[in-house]
Parts: sequence; C-alpha cells; structure tokens
Amino acid sequence: MAEDLLRVRDLKIEAEMHTPGETARMLTIVEGVSFDLPKGRVLGLIGESGAGKSTIGLSALGYGRGSVRITGGEVTLGGTQLVGLSQRGLRRLRGAKVCYVAQSAAAAFNPAFRLGDQIVEAALKHGILTRAQAHERAAGLFRTLGLPDPESFGRRYPHQVSGGQLQRAMTVMALLPSPDLIVFDEPTTALDVTTQIDVLVAIKRAIEETHTAAIYVTHDLAVVAQVADDIMVLRHGKTVEYGPVAQVMESPREDYTRRLVSMRHREKPQAPDQSDRLLTVDHVEAGYSAVKVLDGVSLHLPKGQTLAVVGESGSGKSTLARVITGLLPPRHGRITFKGRELPARLDARSKEQLRQIQMIYQMADTAMNPRHTIGDILGRPLTFYFGLRGAKKATRVKELLGAIELPEHFAGRYPAELSGGQKQRVAIARALAAEPEVILCDEPTSALDPLVADGILKLLQKLQAETHVSYLFITHDIATVRAIADSVAVMHRGRLVRFGPKDQVLSPPFDDYTDLLLKSVPEMRIGWLEEVRDARRMAAAGN
Amino acid sequence: MAAVPGSSQNLDGTARLPAGDPLAVPGAPGSLLVSVDPAVPGTAGKRPALGRFAARHPLAAMILQRLGISFLLLIAVSAVLFIGVEALPGDFAQTYLGQSATPQAVENIRRDLGLDQPAATRYFAWLGNALTGDFGTSWASRNSITEQVGRRLGNTLFLAFFAALISVPLAVGLGMISVLYRDRIADRLVNVFSLAAISLPEFFIGYVLIFVFAINFGVVSFPSTVFDGMPFLDRLEAIALPCATLVLVVLAHMLRMTRAAILNVMEAPYIETAELKGLSRARTILRHAAPNALAPIINVVALNLAYLVVGVVVVEVVFVYPGIGQYMVDAVTVRDMPVVQACGLLFAAIYIFLNMAADILAILSNPRLRHPK
Repeated sequence: MAEDLLRVRDLKIEAEMHTPGETARMLTIVEGVSFDLPKGRVLGLIGESGAGKSTIGLSALGYGRGSVRITGGEVTLGGTQLVGLSQRGLRRLRGAKVCYVAQSAAAAFNPAFRLGDQIVEAALKHGILTRAQAHERAAGLFRTLGLPDPESFGRRYPHQVSGGQLQRAMTVMALLPSPDLIVFDEPTTALDVTTQIDVLVAIKRAIEETHTAAIYVTHDLAVVAQVADDIMVLRHGKTVEYGPVAQVMESPREDYTRRLVSMRHREKPQAPDQSDRLLTVDHVEAGYSAVKVLDGVSLHLPKGQTLAVVGESGSGKSTLARVITGLLPPRHGRITFKGRELPARLDARSKEQLRQIQMIYQMADTAMNPRHTIGDILGRPLTFYFGLRGAKKATRVKELLGAIELPEHFAGRYPAELSGGQKQRVAIARALAAEPEVILCDEPTSALDPLVADGILKLLQKLQAETHVSYLFITHDIATVRAIADSVAVMHRGRLVRFGPKDQVLSPPFDDYTDLLLKSVPEMRIGWLEEVRDARRMAAAGN
Repeated sequence: MAAVPGSSQNLDGTARLPAGDPLAVPGAPGSLLVSVDPAVPGTAGKRPALGRFAARHPLAAMILQRLGISFLLLIAVSAVLFIGVEALPGDFAQTYLGQSATPQAVENIRRDLGLDQPAATRYFAWLGNALTGDFGTSWASRNSITEQVGRRLGNTLFLAFFAALISVPLAVGLGMISVLYRDRIADRLVNVFSLAAISLPEFFIGYVLIFVFAINFGVVSFPSTVFDGMPFLDRLEAIALPCATLVLVVLAHMLRMTRAAILNVMEAPYIETAELKGLSRARTILRHAAPNALAPIINVVALNLAYLVVGVVVVEVVFVYPGIGQYMVDAVTVRDMPVVQACGLLFAAIYIFLNMAADILAILSNPRLRHPK
C-alpha cells in the first residue's frame, strides 16, 4: 500500500474559553482521534454539531477557528508535520497542497471580486500556474462540474449565480491548484435536495477524475454513504466508530451508529378519516410588493391531525404560514377556521382567534427574548390569554415543562443556558400554553441534529395524542414528512402541486416535480447516487 | 449647521455595519432609497416611465435620486439660512452708524440696501442671484462678495487639500496597520495616539505646535498669513502648522473608523477562505477585507473632508490664516448679512456635495449594484 498522504495520530484540539470574571481555561474539543488517508481515498467525518468534525477537517490545514488550537498529537501531510509548523510554513501548504470547501459558498466567496479571480488566486499566489493557464484550467473545471457558460462563468460576481452553482465554483477553486487533499465541510447542507444531488454528483466526479484525497464532513449519513470510502463517526470530540463505509453502514458495531443508521425509517400511520375541516385555506394568493409568492393555494387541515407542507426554499411554504397567522394579509382568497372566516389582518382578529392558532419557528434562538427566563417566556401567554398570575401561573408553567419533558427548575434558566433541542421544546411549550387548536410549525427541526430532531418529532406526536392539537408542519425534508404527517401538500414556486393523504401523495403516479423531489432525497445505501446519476443520463439520452 | 442630518445618518450607517458582508444589506449605502425600488407597485403604477427607467438602470436611477435630493436639500438650507439671519437680533444700519445715528440716516441706509422690501422678495432675489454665482455686494466694504469669497475659499481649499492629501492616506494606512497588528504594540500605540489627538481641542494643538515649532525651534513662520502672488513654496511653508493641526484633528476619526470597518469585515467567512488559500495577513487585509469596508471608510473620509473646509474656522483664527472661515467670523461681528449668508450657503453646499459624493461612491463600490443579475 502506498504511503499515507495524511496521517493523524492521537489528535487533541482545545479552545480557550473566556468567561467574564474568571481566568481563561482550556476546553477540549477533540481528543484521541487517529486516522490514515491514502491518496485518492475519501474519508467521511460524521456526527452531531459540536462533535468536532469540522475542527478535525480544518486541522488538516493546520487551522483553528478563533482560539481553537491543536495542542497534542500529530497531523502529517505528505511527510510534513503540521502541528507546531510556523505560519509561513502553513501558508505554503494551504491553497497548494491542501484546499478547503466551506459549508456556505455564498458567504465564503468575497462579494467584491469576480469568481474567476478568486478561483485562480491561490494557484497564482503559490506559483503553481500562470494566469492564462489558471483561467484555462478553471474553464475546463467549470465544464466538468456542469456550470453554465464555462468560458465566461468566471467573469461573474458571486451574487450573480445560484447557491448550487456557487458551491460547485467553490469546488473548482479547491481543485484548481491540483492539491493532494481537499477538505469538504458540509458542502451541500445549505442546499435544497434537488440542488444537492447535482453538487454531490459534481464533487464525486471531480474526486474520481483528479484522484485527490478528500475529507468529507457532514451530519447526513445518507450523503456520506454516497461519496466516502471510509467513515469515522464522532461524538463529543471522540471517535465512536471508524471503518470502511460498507461495514459502518451495513453492520455498525456501536449503538450510537446503529441509531444514526436506523433513524430515517420511522413512519407514522396516517389517519384514516381526513374529511374534517378545522382550518381551510381557500384560493389564497399573496406576495410581497410586486412579487407573487403564493398563487391559488387551497388546502385544509383536519382536527387532531398533521398536514405537512413540503417544498424547497422559495416555494412559498413559510409565506403560507404568515398568511394563516394574519401577518401577511392575502390579496385574494380566505382562511376559514371552524367554518368561520378569519379576518385577513392580524389586528382585526379577536384575542380568542389569536389564541387558537400558535406558531413555532425554525430558530428557537431568535424567537425567544434572551433576557427572559424560561418561566417568564412560558408565563406571558398564560397571563395574556387566561389572566393567570402568581401561584396558579407557576403551577401551569411546571405542568408545561413536564409536558415537554424538561425538569421544573428550568423555569429559572435563561434561553442561552439551554441546548438547541431544549430551546425548541420551550418554544413548543410556549405555543401549547395558549391551548391552541392549531400550531403552525415552520421547520422546527431543520436546524437540529438528527437525533435531537427525532426527539422533537416524537414529542410533537405525544402532545398531539394528548391534546388533539393539529399541526401544519412546514419542512423540506421528506423523511420528516413520513415520520409525522397524515396529509401532505407539495409546493413548488408558490403553487400547490399535490395535496392529499400522505400515502396517496407519496405513491406513484407522480407529477414531474414530486418525482424529482422524492428521487433527490439521498437514500441510506451505498451506490444510490450512481443509480440516480445513471438514470438521469439515460433519461437525458432518451429525450 | 443645517446639513448635519445628512451627516449623522452617514455616521449612523457606518456604525451599524452588519458583520460580514456589508454589501448584502441594502441599508448602508442605499438607505435613502425608497422610491426607485422597481418592485414597489406605487411608484411603478403612478409614474410608469420613471419606474421603468429605475428598473432598467438601477444605478443611474439611484445616482440621479441622490443628485435630486441634494439639490432640494440645498434649497431648503438656503431658506433656513435666510430665515435664521433675518431672525438675528441687531441691525447693520444701527451697528454701522453707531449709537448717535438719526432715525432718518438709518432709514436711508435701510432703503439703500433694499431692506424695506418684504423678506420673501429679498429671499427669492438673493437665491436667484446666488444660483447664478452672484452673492451681491458686502454691506461693510461695498465689494463684490463673489470675488472676496472666491479668494478666501481658494485659500481654505488650498489648506484643506494638503491636509487631506496627508491625512487620508495616513489614516487609512495606519488603520490597516493597526488591524494587521491587532492587539499588539503597534495597534496599541496607534490607538493611544489617536485617542489623545481626538480628545484635545484643535486650538490647543495649534498653540502647542506654534510654541514648539515656531517659537522654540523657529523652524516655521508664524502667523500663517498668505497673500496674492506669494510663491508656491513660501505658501507651503506658511500653511505647515495649520495643516499639521488639521491633520492631527481629522486623523484619529478616520483611522478609528477604518480600523473598525475592516475589523468588522475580518469576521466574514470569506476572510477565512483567503487565509485558507495561504494568503498572507497583509494581503488578506488589503485585497479581501478593505474593498468590502469601502462604503463606511468613504463616508467617514467625506465627513472629515467637509470638516476641513467647514469646521476650519478655529484653526484659521488661531493661525491668522485668511480663509473663508475667518471671513465669515469677521462678517458676523459687523452684521454684514450678505457675506454671512454667502458663506453659510457655501459651507452647506460643500457639506452636501461631499456627503452626496460619498453616497454615490459607496453605491458604486457595491458590486451588486454595479453588476445587477
């Protein structure tokens, strides 16, 4: 076997923590991680947020964000020891021998320069290529990765191309100096599934054609199964399991890995009778200034059931929630609740009407006042809607905390002291405090780690069984739809493409868009990406 | 001064610069922009031709809008100025003739100067003439104000030009150096020095410089009086001290804002990208951070340039420099209203022009606006 390109031994990474009033202390982020990466092989690093996977990826460039430092172990790249290497020595390697693809290309490209100039910058700076050679190679890579107008693509500015194209351009930037190693840091996480698949195909092809080694960081096991040769599962900065992709996916040794692998398979049986119409949306058209975001959307939500609204970013699903709440009055159409039309505008609705429809947001962080305790946050709707005060309010807050499976003493804590999943639970409790009939959930789980998200979905179902509350659940994730919905509405560019009971919507015959959407969701098995790619090629050749 | 609302807004915009990509937020340079948004149905419906033009040439529309707003602002300032001067207590004729003047003599002078006309008539006559470059004649000296102001303004601009020539590159350069050596000795020194300079009043700095360089060492001349036909190099020597004073006064503000604006951008993910390309820190700051911090830097530079012309009065008096500020102060003491009005209007015009130029440059520095989708 060839000499390993990257050798990591007993890696220890720490960050300096500054708490006001205390002396700085070191916080261990990664500990005891070892792996080998030969040329042309791809290692997938997988784990929850905070597991240290990006930190390990960046250590291959000898880089730590903020106060993060490698404090122990070895990182050897092509025979050079990166730990303790001077800044000058590291700069010689970065952008030449090892390149980085960031999670959000939209933020990682400099908005003030043309893409082409940024893409060739590293190769020119390190004297790897001349300007003419670099631009020529860039054009070739643009073509390989399926970017439009390869000859002139580099003359565009970042804001002039789409997110998926930017992510591919970022990959071109990493490939251009022909590095030995590329670190991909969640390159498709910020993209819609239908876009993600194009980027995945492009990345996989680029890796195959250039024989570069790669570290692929992601939290999505289904994605890593498509591109990696080896997988390392991380948790709390330590290795849980490390082995070839087939072994980890098909016969995981550790319980944690097994839970990750099996998570996507939960499915809620759909409610048999969906004729009830607690909430109806009737031919709604809405938009912002001249832009029409919703166009003739009609659907209904039965009592005690869950309607999943699924679509990509920009499909109008969040706007639908805003229309229902009254935040955005529709231009045409109406919203009916229990057979009575709701006033279009929020300020025209009665307190009772407001109470009946509550909302949960994607970012629990920004939806809570950071200076209020959890008790205050839950107490406000109790006072506002029911006039509860004092001991009665405190008792009810305790009940609510119990309902969301958090200990009572959390009432005295501040949002910043809670984890992401706990904050989302509090947001659910705040909605429940109003004892609503409908809760609009706007992607409440998409910012959470898979296992935490799964806990939230289970909680929502438990609460539904107890209180018969109805959910209008907005999501872009088909697995979530399967896990929670009774009925499904598929939205695309402001229109309703498909609406009905879940089993019907998610079974053939499909319309084109639903078909594309369903087929783009990565499946948790090796070889899925190739199948989809080949099927698309066949279809393209057939046309 | 009446132009202050515009300036405070600029300051505000720079202070609340969002982290990362300042260009992504339409607030900073485009905050005045309300009516040219092509997506607003109101404008598009009411004025379809204008709306269409704005949609097709957003940049040109924005610049034209700035020009229009600036002109209206200047007209408004002229009205405020005129009313303010009208409302001032004291009377030129009375001051001119002294305590023992007969009512008849005062009346004669008033008629002579056209003061018996209604205020509105006088305002429009004055404004009309001012717009064609004629500010009338001074009550005190009976000279053409335009000619006097021209010479004085020339002197002020001469001083301001050299002060700007030294201070702007110095401030931006030192700002970058202080980012490069953030929290190290160089940064601390620059910070302490600039804080000291910003805290001391300009007359104090002026007198210290006079004391040290003109009196103790005698290397430069004082007072800094210049006259027509003075050789260029003598002129330069004459303005050395007032110029140094002005540089010290404006340097700190620009330097600190440059540092803050660039540091703000240094948090952006694309700076990490640059670092991971193996670029040196100096190159990262110069090539990747500074271009994205241009809008706030341009704004603070414009404010300080305006100060160099408009706020220079104290320095001119300290150094006995025959600039426009001193001219205005003299006019105020003798109630020579046409001169006060002319100077006020010029100050306002310079202020508004520089702020408008900064606004337009900030717009032009935004690639999203220069290269629409």
